Amino acid sequence: MNHVMPDHVVPLRVYLLVFIALIILTAITVQVAYIDLGLLNTPIAIIIASIKASLVVLYFMHVRYSEKLILLVVFVSIFTLILLFGFALSDYLTRYWIMLPIR
Amino acid sequence: MSTDHVETSASIVSVSRHEHDIDTSNYLKAGYTLKSWLLTVDHKRIALLYLFGVTFFFIIGGILAFLIRLELVTPKGDLVSSDTYNRLFTQHGIIMIFLFLVPAIPGVFGNFLIPLMIGARDLAFPRINLASWYMYMAGALLTVVSMAMGGVDTGWTFYTPYSTTFSNGAVVTAGLGIFIIGFSSVFTGLNFAVTIHKMRAPGMTWFRLPLFVWAHYATSLIMLLGTPVLAITILLVAVERIWKVGLFDPSLGGDPILFQHLFWFYSHPAVYIMILPAMGVMSELFSTFSKKPVFGYEFIAMSSLAIAIVGFFVWGHHMLVSGQSEFAGLIFSALSFLVAIPSAVKVFNWTATLYKGSISFSTPMIYAFGFIGLFAIGGLTGLFLACLGMDYHVHDTYFVVAHFHYVMVGATIMGFLGALHYWWPKMTGKMYPEGWGQLAAIVIFLGFNFTFFPQFLLGYLGMPRHYHEYVPEFQILHILSSAGAMILGIGYLMPFTYLAYSVFYGKKAPANPWGATGLEWRTPSPPPVHNFDSIPTVDSKPYDYRTIREELSHVARA
Repeated sequence: MNHVMPDHVVPLRVYLLVFIALIILTAITVQVAYIDLGLLNTPIAIIIASIKASLVVLYFMHVRYSEKLILLVVFVSIFTLILLFGFALSDYLTRYWIMLPIR
Repeated sequence: MSTDHVETSASIVSVSRHEHDIDTSNYLKAGYTLKSWLLTVDHKRIALLYLFGVTFFFIIGGILAFLIRLELVTPKGDLVSSDTYNRLFTQHGIIMIFLFLVPAIPGVFGNFLIPLMIGARDLAFPRINLASWYMYMAGALLTVVSMAMGGVDTGWTFYTPYSTTFSNGAVVTAGLGIFIIGFSSVFTGLNFAVTIHKMRAPGMTWFRLPLFVWAHYATSLIMLLGTPVLAITILLVAVERIWKVGLFDPSLGGDPILFQHLFWFYSHPAVYIMILPAMGVMSELFSTFSKKPVFGYEFIAMSSLAIAIVGFFVWGHHMLVSGQSEFAGLIFSALSFLVAIPSAVKVFNWTATLYKGSISFSTPMIYAFGFIGLFAIGGLTGLFLACLGMDYHVHDTYFVVAHFHYVMVGATIMGFLGALHYWWPKMTGKMYPEGWGQLAAIVIFLGFNFTFFPQFLLGYLGMPRHYHEYVPEFQILHILSSAGAMILGIGYLMPFTYLAYSVFYGKKAPANPWGATGLEWRTPSPPPVHNFDSIPTVDSKPYDYRTIREELSHVARA
């Protein structure tokens, strides 16, 4: 509610640490791509990408230091994305559970 | 919170300094030049710009509807060719949904009233607000241009793979128009959400907000979260159509049902973008014209949010016969029934508001009763369609056509016209002729039922939608429907005429002609440029008629 509050000043060290973490995670992504993990290939890539995106949103985009309303906006957006994917997958994952003669 | 007000009012002052000797006590008289309208950042003037925009496109959409009903008078396709007919109903759908129903109530009444109702001097981002109108006009004109380029024949839903492969219409142009209008919607939603969060007057807590504002808050959340998905989906159609990228076309390895998932993810909640603002209007009307606080205020406020949230869970009910998984269909069908709960909460609470109220049958109230009638029929037939078995029988028939016209068009038009009459004195400073208003409201209600009720019967008997030739036994019902459309058309022409008349010759309106509560009625009619001389402080619940009655009797005595 208080608008005159100055922006939270983040020490440079934090930015550098996050940057290094992002580089390391990118390296892991590249290395993992050479290993065939079968069914786990996609989930692992998505998990690493999600961690990277979270780091960017929380530190580089300052969401970690923002008021609760901003956090709420982020969570609602993610929730909406999950809805879109989740309900669409509820179709794709169950489409061939029963075979109808029309298929 | 207070700094916002200072900034906004400061920006208005700096704008108004450019013009000399303007009358800031009346927003209509603050500048008469075309520039003073087209470059305004006053939310009230932008609302009027929207009013002209949506009315213009409503007329175009109405003419297309007239041609459709004229063609359907005879069983043979003798007025237009099949190809032309496809383009007629597609353009009718696109124009009425994207150019009228979605922006109508938020664009006109949301813009005009939200700052007034919460005690602010403008919306949070006045320039983005103006930009939203330009985006709307640009997209709308592009959509109309696509009509001149040969039109679109896909239906307003742009279903793939037809829209990306076989259709020879101006799909990309129309799609681009809708894409641009999407930005207008996002801008409006963003502006409303931020304004309602950040710019409420001192003492205007969340549960002191008028229910109109709650409804618009829920609407703006849907606009923000849903519209980008539609925009990208339409873009993907263009990508597949132009560059043959396999997204939806099975022959290229795509999945046509994926398009329907993405499309309905927005387009089902879009129905609530259309109807929630109308529900907000109804809450105000029922309270004012029965002179009672709304029954179950908190429940109505929360049911708006519930509709906005649950509205995102149900889109698959448009695809029950599409080849989507039966299990997904089962889930979507069950969830669809949930939407009936918050909707019923609203309807029962409005009717409970009437109980022992001092009811007056002024024009806006007749529209409010009309809303209940049309929304109840439209909503309950929606439950038929959400049933898996029943939907196999009536899917893609006139039953669906009748259902969505009742629920989106009927309810939204009742909300729009009810709001137009209710706030007309505030917006223009003039009273409309009451007798004509009541007559028009009744004619529109009857005309609407005359037009669309026969379509339920047609659909149940098996008349498919999108066809302009049909078997002769359906003719009597089609003639009934077309005759009703004529009555409806006459009904729509009446407000055009007498409202335009009242702007020039109408009686001068007092500040609060209805004895209504709400901060917008504390300003003069029409309001000054800055809305409030000093930002009001709110210290009571909304719809408190005791204080208003005392104030009005005080004014009458003085």
